[in-house]
Amino acid sequence: MKQELVKNAVGRIVPTVVNSKEQTPYLGVGKYSPKGNKAAPPIASTKDYPADGNKVVKDLRTALEQVGLKDGMTLSTHHHFRNGDLVANQIFDVAAEMGVKNVTWFPSASFPCHAPLIKYLDNGVIHHIEGSMNGPLGEYTSRGKMTKGLAVLRSHGGRYQAIQDGEVHVDIAVIAAPTADPFGNCNGVNGPSACGSLFFALADSQYADKVIVVTDNLVPFPCVPWQIQGNYVDCVVVIDKIGDPAKIVSGTTEITKSPDRLLIAELTAKFVKQAGILKNGFSFQAGAGGTSLAFAIFLKDMMKEAGIKARFIRGGSNKYLVEMLEEGLTDYILDGQTFDLHGVRSMRENPRHVATSPFTSYNYHGKGNFGTMVDCVVLGATEVDVNFNANVVTHSDGLLLHGIGGWQNCLFSGCTILPIPSFRDRIPVLLDEVTTLCGPGELIDVIVTERGIAINPRRKDLLDAVKGSDLPIRPVEDIKIEVEGICGGKPARAKVKDRVVAAIKWVDGTLIDCVREVE
Amino acid sequence: MAISEAGRRGKEVRSDCWIAIEEKSSGGIAIGLKSKVASMYGASLKDLIESGLKFFGIANASVEFEDAGALPLTVMARLETAIRRLKPTETREFLPEMAPACQYTTQRERMRRSRLYLPGNEAKFMINSGLHKPDGVILDLEDSVHPAEKDSARVHVRNALRRIDFMGSERMVRINQGEMGLIDLDFIVPHNVHIILIPKCESPGEVKAVDAKIAEIKKKHKVTADVFLMPIVESALGAIKAYEIAVASPNVVALTIGLEDYTADIGTRRTNEGRESFWARSQVVNAARAAKVQPIDTVFSDVADMEGLRASVLEAKALGFEGKGCIHPRQIEVINDAFAPTEDEIKRAKAIVIAYNEAQAKGLGVVSLGSKMIDPPVVKRALRTVDLAVASGKLAENWRETK
Repeated sequence: MKQELVKNAVGRIVPTVVNSKEQTPYLGVGKYSPKGNKAAPPIASTKDYPADGNKVVKDLRTALEQVGLKDGMTLSTHHHFRNGDLVANQIFDVAAEMGVKNVTWFPSASFPCHAPLIKYLDNGVIHHIEGSMNGPLGEYTSRGKMTKGLAVLRSHGGRYQAIQDGEVHVDIAVIAAPTADPFGNCNGVNGPSACGSLFFALADSQYADKVIVVTDNLVPFPCVPWQIQGNYVDCVVVIDKIGDPAKIVSGTTEITKSPDRLLIAELTAKFVKQAGILKNGFSFQAGAGGTSLAFAIFLKDMMKEAGIKARFIRGGSNKYLVEMLEEGLTDYILDGQTFDLHGVRSMRENPRHVATSPFTSYNYHGKGNFGTMVDCVVLGATEVDVNFNANVVTHSDGLLLHGIGGWQNCLFSGCTILPIPSFRDRIPVLLDEVTTLCGPGELIDVIVTERGIAINPRRKDLLDAVKGSDLPIRPVEDIKIEVEGICGGKPARAKVKDRVVAAIKWVDGTLIDCVREVE
Repeated sequence: MAISEAGRRGKEVRSDCWIAIEEKSSGGIAIGLKSKVASMYGASLKDLIESGLKFFGIANASVEFEDAGALPLTVMARLETAIRRLKPTETREFLPEMAPACQYTTQRERMRRSRLYLPGNEAKFMINSGLHKPDGVILDLEDSVHPAEKDSARVHVRNALRRIDFMGSERMVRINQGEMGLIDLDFIVPHNVHIILIPKCESPGEVKAVDAKIAEIKKKHKVTADVFLMPIVESALGAIKAYEIAVASPNVVALTIGLEDYTADIGTRRTNEGRESFWARSQVVNAARAAKVQPIDTVFSDVADMEGLRASVLEAKALGFEGKGCIHPRQIEVINDAFAPTEDEIKRAKAIVIAYNEAQAKGLGVVSLGSKMIDPPVVKRALRTVDLAVASGKLAENWRETK
C-alpha cells in the first residue's frame, strides 16, 4: 500500500491516512480547534437490564457472546495492573476460541506481560494495536511484523480525546476490576487484587457500545466507592485472578544508587528551589523511576528545611509521595495511577489521596484540565535535541519500546524539567535531532544532565531567576558537543526503511511524528 | 592458528566490550560485529578495529567483537590487549590521542581531602567520576583487578589517562607491589599521571625503586612534569618503618594507611571504634608530619552509612589526618565538608592572617594579635585553614576585600 505523506509543523514527515482514517498533521501547540459535537454511545434502556441489578454471567465467553463480539470490532482493555494484567490475554484466548478475526485492540497501554498476544497478531485474531506499547509488542511492531494496520500511540489524555471526538469508536470495553458488585459498580482500591484507580477505563465505560466488568472479588451491591458506575455496564464476570498488583511497581521503587543519577536528581531539586518554584502552596509531579524518586526525596528535605508545604502533588504515587502526604508536606495527592502498594493503601484510606482520571488531568476536549495547573513536572525521555524536542517512545536504534503515558499531557505545566543523563553507556541522549519527536521543544523548559543544566532560551524568566546562582547552567549545544567528544563523534541516525509502522499522536489528535520499520 | 581474547561480554556488562582475534595466513580481515550501538557507531567501530589491526601489522584475521557500549578508549584497550596476548613480544602501543582536558598539572602542596578509588579495568565508574569533584581519583591496578587481567588493566588505565576528563581531580594510579608494579609504571608514567600510590609499602627501598624507575621512564619519554608518590602503609612492618618510608624520596608528598590489610597483619579485625589501629594511624600521622608530607587516612567502607562516615572523618581530622579515601562518589561531599574548618576556626584563622599581613606590610618580624604574640607555625596553620575554608566554599575567595 502506498502511503501519502505530508510535512507537519515540526518538520516531521507523517502519513495523511492512518488505518483508513484521514489525519490532520500537527499544526503547532494550541493551533488545532476541531469543531462539531462529541461522540455518543447508543441509547440504552433500563427495561433491558435485570431489575434486581444482577448482571453476572457465568464466564468470559458468555459475556463476549452476549455483547456480540464480531470480526473487525474494536475491543479495549486497560493498564491499571501495568505488567501484572491477566485479563487481556484471556479475552483474546476466548476470542480465538470463538473464531473471531481482525479485532482492533485498543489498550490504554500494553506491557511485556502481553507478549503472548503476538500469536494473535500473527494469526489474524488481532488486526492491529492502537495504544502505547512497552517492550516486546513495540519491538514486534518496529520490525514491521504488524502488517495489517499501523500502531497508533496516544497519550493518556489523547486516548480520552480520541474516544470523545469519535476518532476511535470502542465496540466493547473490558474492565478488570479488583472489586465489583453484580450491577457493575467497581473500584480498584479494595479486594485482594487492589491496584489503585480504574480511571484509565473511564472514557471506555462512558463511550463504548458495550461494557464488561471482570472481577475476582464480587461483593453485594453496593460496591463503594464506585470509580466506574454500574449504570454503564452490560455484564459482570467473575474469574479466579484478574491481575498481580505486585507488578504495578513501575520502573523501580528503589531510589537510584547510581551516583550520576543522584547528582542529576539533586541538581534538579536545587534548580526547582533556586528558580523560585519551591514556595508555599506550590505543586509538582514526578514520574516513576529511580531518578524521579531521588528528586522527590531531595525536594522533601528542602521543603522540610524551609518549612514549605505543597498544595498538591500529582502522582504516579508511591511510598515516598505517601510519606510526604502523611507528614503534612502536601495537602493532597492527585493521583493518576499508583506505582506501588503504599499508594494503593493510601488511596483507599486517605480522603486527601484522590484518584484522578485522564479526563480531569489531561483531556484536550475538556474545559481546561489539571495538567496545565501544575507548577513543575519532572519527566524522563529517551532522547532530547538541541531544540529541546524530546522522544519518549523509541530508542536511538529506532526500536519502539515505550509508551507515551501522560508524558505529552504533562508538558503543559508551568515548568517542565527533563532530568536525564547526557549519554548512557555510549549512547548519546542529547542529539542534533531526536529519532522520534513526541514533545515539541517549545514546551520543554529545562534539561538537567550530570554535566550541567540547559534552560530553554524561550524561558528568559527562568534564566533570570537562576542568574548568579552556583548552578551549572550551560547552553544545550555545549553539553551536546562535550558528549559527542566522549562518545567518539556524532552518532549516525537509526537505519530505518520508508515504511511507517506506528503513528505518534499529539494531545489534540494531530499527527506529530511516526515510527518507521527498523532494518 | 593462535587465537586470543580480551575484555568482557555478558548481560551484566556495561560500557565494555569483548574481542577475539584469530590470526590467519590469508583471506584479509573479517569482522563479526555485535554492538549495542551498531546503529550509531557501527561504521566507526569497524574502522577503529581495522586501523588497530593495521597498526599492529595484522593483515589476515578473523575478529569477533561484542560491544555493550564501550567508549573508543576501551575498545582500543581491549584490541591492544588481545593482540599483546596473541603476540607476547609485542611492545608497540595503540594510543588514543591525548585529550587537551587530560593535560593539566598538579602541585606538591594541594588539598587531598578526598580520593576516589576506581577499578582500573572498569570504564563505567571512571567516565563521570570527575563530576563528583573528588580532590583526587585513583585508577587502581592492584586489589580491584583480577590477577589474570593485570595486563588488560594497565592498557586500559593508560588509555583512560589519555582520554577521560577528570575535571581537575588529581590523577593518581595505584600500581601493584614489587616487580609487577615496576612494569605498571612503563604504561602509566608517560601519560600525565600525578601521583603513584605504592601499596603494602614496608621499606624505603621499595619507594626508591619506584622513584628510580619513574626517573628512567621520564627521561626516556622526556616527561618534565612532577610525578609524586604516596606510599601506603598496610602492615606492622610498614607502620614501624613509616618515617623512613616517608623520607625515602623527595617526591613523596603524602603517606597513607590501608587498614584492611594492616589489621589482618597484626592478627585482628577491623572494628568501627578502631582501637586496634589507633597506634598505626597515629604513627602514620607522626611520620608524615615529621617528614613534612601529608598524612592521609584509610577508606570508610560502608557506603550507605553517611553519618558513620562523617564521624569517621571528624575523628581522622582530630588525629591529624588531612584526607580520607572513598569508594563511592556520594562519600566525597561528606568528606570534603567534614574536613572543612568550623566557623570558629575560620574566624580565628582570618584574624591571624590579617594580623600577619599587617605585620608583613609594616616590615615587622613579630606577628601579634591583641596582646598575644603569634608563633610562625600558628600563622602557617591559619593560612592553611583559610585556604581550606575557601576551597570548601565556606569563605569567599576575595574575603580580604569584603572583610
